Amino acid sequence: MAVSVSLNVNGKSVSREVEPRTLLVEFLREELGLTGTHVGCDTSQCGACVVHVDGKSVKACTMLAAQANGTSVLTIEGLAPNPEDLHPMQAAFRDNHGLQCGFCTPGMIMSAVDLLQHNADPSEQEVREWLEGNICRCTGYHNIVKAVLDAAGRMRGQPQAAE
Amino acid sequence: MADDGIGASITRKEDRRFLVGRGTYTDDINRPHQTYAAFVRSPHAHAGIRGIDTSAAESAPGVLAVLTGKDLADDGIGDLICGWLIHSRDGEPMKVGEYAVLAKDTVRFVGHHVAVVVAETLAEARDAAELVEVDYDVRPACIATATATANGQPQVHPEAPNNRAFDWELGDKAATDAAFENAHHVTKIDIVNNRLIPNAMEPRAAIGEYDFGTEDYTLYTTSQNPHVARLVLTAFVGIGAEHNMRVIAPDVGGGFGSKINIYPEETVCLWASKKVSRPVKWTGDRSESFMADTHGRDHVTTAELALDADGKMLGLRVHTFANIGAHLALFGSVTPTYLHGTLFSGQYVLPAIYVNLEAVYTHTAPVDAYRGAGRPETAYIVERIAEVAARELGMDSAEFRRRNFIQPDQFPYQTPVALTYDSGDYPAILDRALAMSDYDTFPQRRAESEAKGKLRGIGLSCYIEACGIAPSAVIGSLGAGVGLWESAKIRFNATGNVLVYTGAHSHGQGHETTFAQIISSHLGIPADHVEIVHGDTEKTPMGMGTYGSRSLAVGGSAIVKAAEKIVAKGTKIAAHLLEASEADIEFKDGAFTVAGTDRSTTIQEVAFAAYVPHNYPEDLEPGLEESAFYDPGNFTYPAGTHICEVEIDPDTGVVEIVNFTAVDDFGTVVNPMIVEGQVHGGIAQGVGQAMMENCVYDDDGALITGSYMDYCMPRAQDFPGFKVATTETPCPHNPLGVKGCGEAGAIAAPPAVMNAITDAIGTDMQMPATPLRVWQALQAKAPAMAAE
Ligand code: FES
Ligand code: FES
Repeated sequence: MAVSVSLNVNGKSVSREVEPRTLLVEFLREELGLTGTHVGCDTSQCGACVVHVDGKSVKACTMLAAQANGTSVLTIEGLAPNPEDLHPMQAAFRDNHGLQCGFCTPGMIMSAVDLLQHNADPSEQEVREWLEGNICRCTGYHNIVKAVLDAAGRMRGQPQAAE
Repeated sequence: MADDGIGASITRKEDRRFLVGRGTYTDDINRPHQTYAAFVRSPHAHAGIRGIDTSAAESAPGVLAVLTGKDLADDGIGDLICGWLIHSRDGEPMKVGEYAVLAKDTVRFVGHHVAVVVAETLAEARDAAELVEVDYDVRPACIATATATANGQPQVHPEAPNNRAFDWELGDKAATDAAFENAHHVTKIDIVNNRLIPNAMEPRAAIGEYDFGTEDYTLYTTSQNPHVARLVLTAFVGIGAEHNMRVIAPDVGGGFGSKINIYPEETVCLWASKKVSRPVKWTGDRSESFMADTHGRDHVTTAELALDADGKMLGLRVHTFANIGAHLALFGSVTPTYLHGTLFSGQYVLPAIYVNLEAVYTHTAPVDAYRGAGRPETAYIVERIAEVAARELGMDSAEFRRRNFIQPDQFPYQTPVALTYDSGDYPAILDRALAMSDYDTFPQRRAESEAKGKLRGIGLSCYIEACGIAPSAVIGSLGAGVGLWESAKIRFNATGNVLVYTGAHSHGQGHETTFAQIISSHLGIPADHVEIVHGDTEKTPMGMGTYGSRSLAVGGSAIVKAAEKIVAKGTKIAAHLLEASEADIEFKDGAFTVAGTDRSTTIQEVAFAAYVPHNYPEDLEPGLEESAFYDPGNFTYPAGTHICEVEIDPDTGVVEIVNFTAVDDFGTVVNPMIVEGQVHGGIAQGVGQAMMENCVYDDDGALITGSYMDYCMPRAQDFPGFKVATTETPCPHNPLGVKGCGEAGAIAAPPAVMNAITDAIGTDMQMPATPLRVWQALQAKAPAMAAE
């Protein structure tokens, strides 16, 4: 018994027949081969799976593919407007060494981009609080926070020099 | 110095693929015709297996095979192994209980692998695993570390009476006892080093693939040490042979020690792939990680420090029970012994030391290396007891440490516990950390906190560790099953760019960048023109992998040795091209020059000549590719001072870290940005241990902290920004002068945090200092406060 889902992923329309229990993250990874969205837990805690659904950050392990029917999904692979470029958030993560093993990184970036949609000029404390749902085991968050603040500056058009 | 060479904070070459979602972790790989494995795991900590009924599972949709320990035995597959043979103080070898790939007739921890279902889809495999009926004979379990050796405790392995795997000692007992007899003051503390679950963010995963055409095995796996995995799986477990097994550890999402051990799951995927004639994939979910990844720490210790009237340390006596869980994992025996007992001199002149450690089996997951591996346990004891001693003597904590430091002119320094420290300047590190943390003005800040009704404390930790493991002959004499050298191969392409093949493995450390920086400095090739190849036994020379902060000190040194061979051969080619004598050729910044002239040729031109040898020395082989193996002459000894300052709300017990300063001496620093990142991450894990993380089993051995709902992981808002700096005393015995930085934070932070918290609350307590426990400690200290 399959259900059919049609949605827009990274600007392209896709339609698939899937088992009703298929999670959005499984759909992205297994059906579409978009393996940049990761699975780090089974209790919706780690945030490795964060994507945007209709412009809002969502844990893709917490949503069924069927629930995403008719939506627009943006994953890390589609964040930069074209494959040669980096989104300012991606560039800021690189320039501030905001990633080590890289496993939490796509979820962190997608979550942080959504923060800046809500708050273009967050304080350090606001960044730390927003990232409550994203666990990183490698970086101690120090450089992630720095990267998000740097990206906020870049996106407001005032590049902040990485110290 | 090239602007992308040693010392430059260049951004990381590996970052791009991770930033754009194009990393390749094991679970991102899918093989044609692949099948999926799901494990049946024991819900009991200790039980006999009366029988396993697989019939319902076998007839479930999509199921290809249901396999148990009996099938493994029928195929002659052996047990998993521990890599280091420790001897007890009576000379007896450690007692090794069975470490079966799938349980034989007994399960020994919750999560123990009992059977595996292989099916067409993951959902079918999981559904069918639920249908496997295991008839368990549930038995009482032995769980608690401190009482595991008591008479009457349930036995974990028949081979190990009283659950004692070994009873190990190090140091001079008689001399230490004598030091205590002459002591002016003795400080004694009881310490629990809480059990942790490593929680690399990428869960473990594996794909096993047997090719009936070539009769070769391929294993994709989340490993820190693919060559060691190949060695263990072939030579010990009995799957294939080294020459027909390829192990690929692609991008790996963190390890922290939990991806050193060779586990049942990857073994089963390989073996089952031959049975079903198709690739078999398994990806752990987080619940499986909690249950069945190796855990860390779990020591219960009593320590005593003997002091003279001037506050000088005379002797240290330590007794520890170390929980090794149900099985001796790959590093399970060396972690609480030679990676632990050998560091008890800390940064101090401590003339007499005696350590006695009993390693105990319990019905819990195996305990193995976790970031720092044995050294955090030591630093926690040394730095907690130093702090308590200073307080008991009424001395300033910093002054007490300064008075006992090994002085810069005392190196090389032989400790009473086997190691020879090679270099360091501990007073300089302390001074820098005190200045950066505004230690002198702490009393004012404390007064301000008190005025607000808050408690404030400051804590120091002056740790040392031994990294760059390890001189092979030394560890061989101590029971290691392997040597711990490292390998490198440098291949110039005809167009002048470079491939470096290393036996080390990067799972976040940034080798693709730092190793390229070594090439830039030593061969003058821009880091952008260098590609680092690692993590594939078929591509890279045999290597021992990455753990123990060893990759730069040992693997990086191997690269330098190979680079020296490149320069030696390049000099011959350049002499020919420049029509000069070899003795007159100098190599610098990527160019070979005839000394005293402006005649020169670049290393790229030399490489081209080596591959297009039209005009070439007659007696020289073409090509420009050199290999080296590097076996270190000693360990390296990173050291540092970390200072933590906390403010505590006495009404809630909530601890806020208001300042965290780290000053570390890692020797020469190749990439300061990456080193700082390593320190940040280590501190976060150390603070996690001190304030949040705790693995809890109940008395029956059920894992209470089996998910992120119950096991508290540090989050971004748990920390302030960290202040970090380095001092440099180069390591004198490796060609880079480097010491290693990967574990420092996890070693240094727990005692710094706990010294700060106990300073603030004025009473001792054990980790983790959760709000509830801090509040309870305050209530226990001053019952009157509760009534207020
Ligand atoms: S996978 Fe952990 S929150 Fe989605
Ligand atoms: S970079 Fe490894 S988990 Fe965040």
